[in-house]
Amino acid sequence: MEDKILLAHGSGGKLSHELIQKNFIPALGNPALDRLDDSAVLELERTGRLAFTTDSYVVSPIFFPGGDIGRLAVCGTVNDLSMSGAVPHYLSLSLIIEEGLLVSELEKVVDSVRQAADEAGVKIATGDTKVVNQGDADRLFINTSGVGIIPEGIDISGSNAKPGDRIIVSGTLGDHGIAIMSQREGLSFSTTLKSDCAPLNHLVVDMLDESHLINCLRDPTRGGLATTLNEIAGQSGVGIELEENTIPVRDEVRGACELLGLDPLYIANEGKLIAMVEENAAESILNRMRKNRYGKKAAIIGRVCSEHPGRVVVKTAFGSSRILDMLSGELLPRIC
Amino acid sequence: MCLAIPALVKSIDGFQAEVEIGGISRRVSIQLTPEVQVGEYVLLHTGYSINVIDAEEAEETLKLLREISEAV
Amino acid sequence: MKYIDEYRQPELAKKLVDRIHRRSRKQIRLMEFCGGHTVSIFKYGIRQLLPDTIEMLSGPGCPVCVTANADLDKAIALAQLPDAIITSFGDMIRVPGSYSSLQIAKAEGNDVRVVYSVLDAIQVARENPDKSVIFVGIGFETTAPTIAAGVLQAEQENLSNFHILSLHKLCPPIMKSILDLGEVRLSGIVCPGHVSAVIGSHPYQFIADDYHISCVVSGFEPLDILLCIDMLVEQIENEDYKVEIAYRRGVKPEGNQQAIKLMESVFEVGDADWRGIGVVPASGLILRESYEKFDAEKNFEINPGPVREPRGCICGSILRGVSTPLDCKLFRQTCTPEHPVGPCMVSSEGSCATYYNYGDGDGG
Repeated sequence: MEDKILLAHGSGGKLSHELIQKNFIPALGNPALDRLDDSAVLELERTGRLAFTTDSYVVSPIFFPGGDIGRLAVCGTVNDLSMSGAVPHYLSLSLIIEEGLLVSELEKVVDSVRQAADEAGVKIATGDTKVVNQGDADRLFINTSGVGIIPEGIDISGSNAKPGDRIIVSGTLGDHGIAIMSQREGLSFSTTLKSDCAPLNHLVVDMLDESHLINCLRDPTRGGLATTLNEIAGQSGVGIELEENTIPVRDEVRGACELLGLDPLYIANEGKLIAMVEENAAESILNRMRKNRYGKKAAIIGRVCSEHPGRVVVKTAFGSSRILDMLSGELLPRIC
Repeated sequence: MCLAIPALVKSIDGFQAEVEIGGISRRVSIQLTPEVQVGEYVLLHTGYSINVIDAEEAEETLKLLREISEAV
Repeated sequence: MKYIDEYRQPELAKKLVDRIHRRSRKQIRLMEFCGGHTVSIFKYGIRQLLPDTIEMLSGPGCPVCVTANADLDKAIALAQLPDAIITSFGDMIRVPGSYSSLQIAKAEGNDVRVVYSVLDAIQVARENPDKSVIFVGIGFETTAPTIAAGVLQAEQENLSNFHILSLHKLCPPIMKSILDLGEVRLSGIVCPGHVSAVIGSHPYQFIADDYHISCVVSGFEPLDILLCIDMLVEQIENEDYKVEIAYRRGVKPEGNQQAIKLMESVFEVGDADWRGIGVVPASGLILRESYEKFDAEKNFEINPGPVREPRGCICGSILRGVSTPLDCKLFRQTCTPEHPVGPCMVSSEGSCATYYNYGDGDGG
């Protein structure tokens, strides 16, 4: 019988310590974490403003094509820091485990955390583990908080978009959401599509190295491109115009969306970013992005304008246009 | 009403078929179109094929559209 | 994607639009009866491309929107039964009934599951022999044959815990009712695409013959819809009243005989309650007596309570083409997709949701 996580693993006693020593430290160990004090004590050698973010991850299933909840938990928080131009340094890792999760599954998740953290170049400085009764959590919930330093001279914010800015997306949209959906009972279809879950901090560093004329960065997670652009349009008090046929979407995502009656522009992404950059820097930033493994399919998809502030308008290939609103309610597959 | 999309029939097994739409595949029922052949396209609605797409008519329609487009 | 992309070519669309502009002289009013057409028309901004001589109206073609509160209340009451699992297409989950919705019933702890197909509901029934699995059957003639096939499958497998709440409705009868109400004067009708894939184009003949209204069966891609409008304009300018098919790759005049046969073997025609219109005789489908054991209405005791209609909601007149969402005082104010008052705002095909999401069709 396979080893399972028990309530005792979360109670702070011997089993908890065993879990930390046998599973967490070997995988994630670093000077900050290894001390195992109540707080991690960190030296920040760089100066600048501190960026601080937190996110909780409750994805189901916890293992999906292209990743798992561990990878997601690291990438999501690393990316949130990167979107303000910060260089991410340290993450916290809190686990809420449903009693009965297999130790081997936990090990797999922790290993994904390690791999993602290594790729991003961040350290897990501090952590926590709780175990709850069966039924009180859906297998595993993770919270990660992260800190990073924003270098001097960088000011990136959702309220900085200016008319004339070009809008760049770093790659194909809808991959993550559709990969997750393909695993859901009843909706399942076979596909080679994988989640795009990835840390984007190195891509952002490349972009900023190319030019500082980047006004906004955001990752279009829940609610997709449409929701994110509406947020920025609202924050900055500007209008946005998109050219529908420039928006990159993979065939498999289009196929799945046609099948389920969904719109790719509303589907979650976990390894993509949207950038609003000054017009004269757009081409060079785009070319630089395309040299990065996570920006190969980057494309300019529209521009910021002063008309219809707060609204996102999509121009179809037919010369007509329509409004693209935020996602309301849940994305549900439909028959009509 | 009635989201039905064109899907390519890749293989048939009795009243079931494996179909493909833009790179994703699914098992569906062809109970309503038992005469369909592998290689044909069907209109897929909620897991059933509701009609076989007429490839000739599709081509005729495109031809008509092109003719309209070329006429001055 | 094949059979989709070819019918989205902008250059061909432009030429077709030019032709429509050249040919359309009379002031005409066209109605589309299919919610899928409503969505396509807005998504591709078709209205903006058409000349001012053509006015487009949306009819009651959204099976979710036309489901009466009384019927939705039944589904919700069934969800509240102990040991019941409600399975439903995603479209219905958020629609508000008199007191609640399936989504709220789910949040309250009842077992409500979204399925993509009746086959998924049958699978739930197989996996839960101790529970009563009830499938909420909505949709027009496109969906009904699939549900019929599902019932036959359940019979074959002796699934005694599988039931259907049949809320299926028929298109030609409701089209007749709308025309008989006389509230809208139509020049032409954009006939449903996938309903017609099943029933063919003959059932619309009475519209041309008795009402002198031109009919063309349309597909869903922008070129399909523009071609349909072009054919309608030609008919109307020539004072020709006939039924034609623009969607020839998907629809044959005689329809899909096998699907019709299956549908008729399991269902018979009965009265149906249409939101905004009331009970229309012979406009819905009920399970035949021989399949009574699968009929949720006949097998469960429920008491949904008195029906209540939402105050101020004009979904009814919007469905009849008499008003648009812009005429509704609640539109965008108290009634939004997050807090819908009526079904037209919830259903992805409802006029109100379409106007809200895509703008009023005139690009703004």
